[in-house]
Amino acid sequence: MNSAKKRLIAALAAGTALITTGGAVAFCGFYVAKADTKLFNKASKVVLMRDGDRTVITMASDYEGPLEDFAMVVPVPTVLERDQIHVTENAIVDHLDAYTAPRLVEYFDEDPCRPVIMMERMAQATSMDAAAPMQQRAKSLGVTIEAEYTVGEYDIQILSADQSDGLSTYLTENGYQIPTGAEKTLASYIKQGTKFFIAKVNLEEQAKTGRTYLRPLQMAFETRKFMLPIRLGMANADGKQELFVFTLTRNGRVEAANYRTVKLPTGQDVPRYVKGEFGDFYKAMFEEQTRKENEQAVFLEYAWDMAWCDPCAADPLSSEELRELGVYWTDGSQESRVRPTAAPDVFVTRLHVSYDREHFPEDLIFKQTGDRSNFQGRYVIRHPYQGNAECKAGEDYRAGLPIRFDEEAQTLARLTGWSIDDIRNRMETDGQSTEPGPEEKSSWWKRLWGGEDKEG
Amino acid sequence: MTSITATPLETRPPGGAPVVAGIRRTWRRIDPRYLQIFSLGALLIYGMASGLLNQTAVNAAAAAAGAFVAQAIGSAMIATRARLLSPLITTLSLCLLLRADAPWAMALAGAIGVGSKFAFRWGDRHIFNPANAGVVAMLLLGATALPGVAWSSPGQWGSAFLLAVALAGAGFLVTARAARTDAALVFFLTFAGLACARALYLGDPLTIPFHRLQNGAFVLFAFFMITDPMTTPNGRWSRALFSVLVAVLAHVLTFNFFIVDGIFYALAAACLVRPLIEAFEPAKNYQWPLDACRAAQKPN
Repeated sequence: MNSAKKRLIAALAAGTALITTGGAVAFCGFYVAKADTKLFNKASKVVLMRDGDRTVITMASDYEGPLEDFAMVVPVPTVLERDQIHVTENAIVDHLDAYTAPRLVEYFDEDPCRPVIMMERMAQATSMDAAAPMQQRAKSLGVTIEAEYTVGEYDIQILSADQSDGLSTYLTENGYQIPTGAEKTLASYIKQGTKFFIAKVNLEEQAKTGRTYLRPLQMAFETRKFMLPIRLGMANADGKQELFVFTLTRNGRVEAANYRTVKLPTGQDVPRYVKGEFGDFYKAMFEEQTRKENEQAVFLEYAWDMAWCDPCAADPLSSEELRELGVYWTDGSQESRVRPTAAPDVFVTRLHVSYDREHFPEDLIFKQTGDRSNFQGRYVIRHPYQGNAECKAGEDYRAGLPIRFDEEAQTLARLTGWSIDDIRNRMETDGQSTEPGPEEKSSWWKRLWGGEDKEG
Repeated sequence: MTSITATPLETRPPGGAPVVAGIRRTWRRIDPRYLQIFSLGALLIYGMASGLLNQTAVNAAAAAAGAFVAQAIGSAMIATRARLLSPLITTLSLCLLLRADAPWAMALAGAIGVGSKFAFRWGDRHIFNPANAGVVAMLLLGATALPGVAWSSPGQWGSAFLLAVALAGAGFLVTARAARTDAALVFFLTFAGLACARALYLGDPLTIPFHRLQNGAFVLFAFFMITDPMTTPNGRWSRALFSVLVAVLAHVLTFNFFIVDGIFYALAAACLVRPLIEAFEPAKNYQWPLDACRAAQKPN
């Protein structure tokens, strides 16, 4: 009778919570942290809009050196006209980064002696620097300057070449540092009819903008190739390079066609102390998972319809932002002001790859799938109930906590490769002992037979 | 009195050697389709159980339903025995190579694959490799009328799974001796040769073509799809020519037209011109051992 009444109250309470949070509560928990791309050094961020052969590529880098030293060389399929090149704002790419970032959520255990109430909350975004540029000087070495533009703070040339040595000489003379290993790769691209997009910072133009950082460069073109040339980048790289690819498509998730695409482990419960070092956790986990896949995998970190998110690490991008990134089928402007989150038919995929020449010999080739199922990197902290909970359920609850903590410790060790003993020690310091308390130790038999037949 | 009908002991062949020969004879009579079903089935189960292959049981069942229904209808229409082995092989191949969100898409793939055996015929043989027809039709639909309805996942093969495919494939070819091992070899060597030649021409390291040859869809295709005796030419030379054609087409589609699923389109195109290739080298139609046995048992 009593328990039936309790259940009814629980049901009512849950129902009330659903109503007060506006329905559509897919899961409960507080969003507390996200791991953005800034955690990784030498990280490049590329946004690819792809629809049929139409492609818009947005390239942001975390370049932080002197602006006059900045230079980029990108193989492109065709000679681009002035209008096909554009400079955008870092904030948009950062917004996309924040929206798709792996996230940490936390739950607070309810009083085990009382019913459960569901709750939820959303969260915010951040920003960061990026970009590309250069300077120019013309001289022919079997190199044709197909076009020259100044776009924003960048001086841009589109080159075609007959010979890789001519091209590399030209680039070297113009202040591009071409590592020796790159020449072969350049030759391969030349034979495939590739053009080269080269960019440097125009310091005068840069001064006019008053900015101290570089903005992302964008290109729009049509090509059958849905790919990202990564081979040039590997020629001069010491160690691994981090690349984040965000794709915006219509049908569904994007995956690599010539490498294995693996979902990042998600949904795991991790110890409470991870909250203070979520960035380190994510980095360690990514490295560990990369290692487990023999360093040959591309990781899926987010796949979602851009119209919503749950929980949101940042608001979905507005139609204007998406248009800026190349999503030409959204009609920017008014409608989006009314409903800033409504972007029709935009599916976002976030891929993360840590690559080097040994494990990624080929350029990344992509493929759009029809898979529209949602995926996010999400990790959970569960805070134990802090109150007294003086009831049988409360006793059981407390007795079960060390087991739960130890499971969390093991999960964390498995995900990150961190030492289990270190994790247990950290948890101990954090007040989450994985050792059963003296009371629990001595009274396991009490729980075994209910502990009712006391003497006296 | 009970009569003894068993063979008297003394009439049995003495010694072990004839027994081995007997086993060998029986082994040779085993229909290669059983071996193919076993290999593909084991791969599918391993792939799904290990999570390396992202295929759902519901979709697999749907593909089977489509394939078997199409087989039943087709068989009824041309008044022949409904066969079980062929639609099962088609189902397993589709499950390994094709992905779809909706089960009906997999069912459609199965139905189109098996249905193509009845719909497209030249003489007394069907034109298309059934599983290939299912894959190609769904990929084309997914690229046109029904965006994203189905897709292939050529990158989704871990090295462990790939090794399993290669072992199973090699095992299948060695044991089955389905008279079509040459088709696989010629295709593989031609494709590999072209990929390496391209790398040498471009000055690329050979790790690039080798990486290509480790593509999951490619390996599965080479071992299990192009080896179908019913849709490859019967004559040895025309079969070699056919395999070379598939390899060249696949190369051109992949590297010049950047079509990721080039191999599947290449096989479909080659199947279309197969009657032409075969015209120059008439040869006896291949018959599955099981069917040959049945035909032999039929009273005249």
